[in-house]
Amino acid sequence: MTSDASRAATTAAPNPAQDAAPPAPRARRSLGGLLRRPETGSLIGLAAVFAFFSFFGGADFLSAGGFASWLNVASELGIIALPVGLLMIAGQLDLSIGTILPASSMTVAIVSGRFGAPIVVGILASLALGLAVGYLNGALVVRTKVPSFVVTLATLFAVAGFTLGLSVILTGSTSVALTAPEPAKGLIGDYVGGKFQTSIFWWIGAVVVVEFVLHRSRYGNWILALGGDPVSARNAGIPVDRLTIALFMASGLCAAFVGMEQAILFNSAQVSAGQSFIFNSIIAVVVGGVLLTGGYGTVAGIVFGTMTFAIVNQGIFYTGFDANWASAIIGALLLAAVLMNNTFRNMAMSVAARPKA
Amino acid sequence: MPVPLLKLTNVNKSFGPIDVLHGISLEIFAGETLCLLGDNGAGKSTLIKILSGVHKPTTGAVEMDGAPLAFDSPRDAAERGIATVHQFGGTFPLMSIGRSFFVGAEPTRRVGPLRVFDRKTANETAVRAVRKLGITRIDDGDRLVGGLSGGERQALAIARAVHFGAKVLILDEPTAALGVKEAAHVLRIVLQARQSGIAVVFITHNVVHALTVGDHFAVLIRGAKAADFRKGEKSREEITDLMAGGEHMAELEAEIEGFNAAAGQAPEAVR
Ligand SMILES: Nc1ncnc2c1ncn2[C@@H]1O[C@H](COP(=O)(O)OP(=O)(O)O)[C@@H](O)[C@H]1O
Ligand SMILES: [Mg+2]
Repeated sequence: MTSDASRAATTAAPNPAQDAAPPAPRARRSLGGLLRRPETGSLIGLAAVFAFFSFFGGADFLSAGGFASWLNVASELGIIALPVGLLMIAGQLDLSIGTILPASSMTVAIVSGRFGAPIVVGILASLALGLAVGYLNGALVVRTKVPSFVVTLATLFAVAGFTLGLSVILTGSTSVALTAPEPAKGLIGDYVGGKFQTSIFWWIGAVVVVEFVLHRSRYGNWILALGGDPVSARNAGIPVDRLTIALFMASGLCAAFVGMEQAILFNSAQVSAGQSFIFNSIIAVVVGGVLLTGGYGTVAGIVFGTMTFAIVNQGIFYTGFDANWASAIIGALLLAAVLMNNTFRNMAMSVAARPKA
Repeated sequence: MPVPLLKLTNVNKSFGPIDVLHGISLEIFAGETLCLLGDNGAGKSTLIKILSGVHKPTTGAVEMDGAPLAFDSPRDAAERGIATVHQFGGTFPLMSIGRSFFVGAEPTRRVGPLRVFDRKTANETAVRAVRKLGITRIDDGDRLVGGLSGGERQALAIARAVHFGAKVLILDEPTAALGVKEAAHVLRIVLQARQSGIAVVFITHNVVHALTVGDHFAVLIRGAKAADFRKGEKSREEITDLMAGGEHMAELEAEIEGFNAAAGQAPEAVR
């Protein structure tokens, strides 16, 4: 086995026969498998919260109006939580969404409201702003290797400063009126049936797109790998820099969309809106079972987490309780979710370790 | 002599003021296992990081198939058929077996205008590849890598390298964290890979493991190559002494046996 002949003979045999392989048995799908999926924990949390508010909120909470009130909140939060979730899976945070949102509101209102440009121009300008700030975030994170928490904290404040400064210079005010014509109004920022925001439909669309990207395209595999082990991901040939920048641009775009949608819906824009989305999006994503340190998460989980947050936030008004208790519930939920998700994750990982039947 | 698949000539590596490797020359042949032996901190991992494109040598030459070359990146080395399973990390515990197997090389199929990740093919291929290495406990490509044992993860990484046509398979202490039976599985898989014509670089500080799979041995002591010999040229005791930096391990072992005898126990070999 150590002869020169055997060395020479075996030089060119890169890929040993595929044919002799034993057949792979069919993968089994079972209820047990479903129970071990980590997002099952977030579904249970959602069901518990829904049951709680159905009981204490009564018929009003279960009416069309009740559904609309939390779905409206969920849709705006959800559109932002989806890309924030992708970023977290990839191992990054984006705080700057909190000021991209009002900056985008102000942009569409100033361009199309104050200066009277066609609404399309205002919409495109506001979305371009979100993409640009997202690009800046991504490029800074990739080039400087400074943690994204710090980079996006910096852009959070920088964008807030620019928005306030430019608004005062351009309009002499911190709030600007906007009357969007049809069909922009009806398509982007209006109420369907007098109650349901059009943003609900945009949210559904975003869920479909992000579900495809994360779970059915190769890019989803890249995102999971990037968050799981960035060094190995780069070694495996994944364009990690471009991927990171693209993900930040997606969250910038989505935050800008919601800002623009709010300006059209409310017929005005304020420089101060949006800060609550920073924490709320992170809460929704974590309650949805995404691993804070990256490498794991599902779109179903993010959607469940978003709904859970919105139900607590709005459901409290249908109960007799003081609305301040909603924050306490959300805090408790967040802790419970993190603990529960850890349990589910450990169960999912230990599945293969049990002895074979 | 045939042309070595990989050849290092007089390679030195320093990190700033710290010299880690001095004057290393090595030849790696297809269908052979080179065992890199040495105590902790001897420079084994640093040496294979040069072979896998992670580090560039400070001075000295690397040749592949007789032609000089410098790897730009681990990706570059991988594209030339050098697959490395590093000592720490390198797997994605929260990814499924099928997904992690194909990271960066995902199989896709067309659905209308879209290219969809072909989960079924990925899972089946990955499961088949590890089962071919005798790990029959893995039967579901949707299971998470984190649920596998250490030996199964090594097997998955080796199966991946073999599947993607590696010419050189570098394993950094693949048996270090494993139990006796798991380690034996990994050793068997190494022999299987070598038999298929792959050159294997196997790092260990376990002499028994080395003697089981090695054709050719190199011992590193404090960054220098202290010995280079072929199978059968040195005894287990000689190798153990070499690895311990030339100290007489036999004396130490005798001393230990003395203590055991004094305590009324049956004398046991240290390793
Ligand atoms: N990137 C680095 N910078 C500085 N010193 C290093 C670096 N990598 C390894 N070393 C040093 O080189 C020596 C050899 O390390 P290593 O190759 O990991 O040894 P082994 O794998 O044989 O245990 C150690 O003393 C280690 O501290
Ligand atoms: Mg080492």
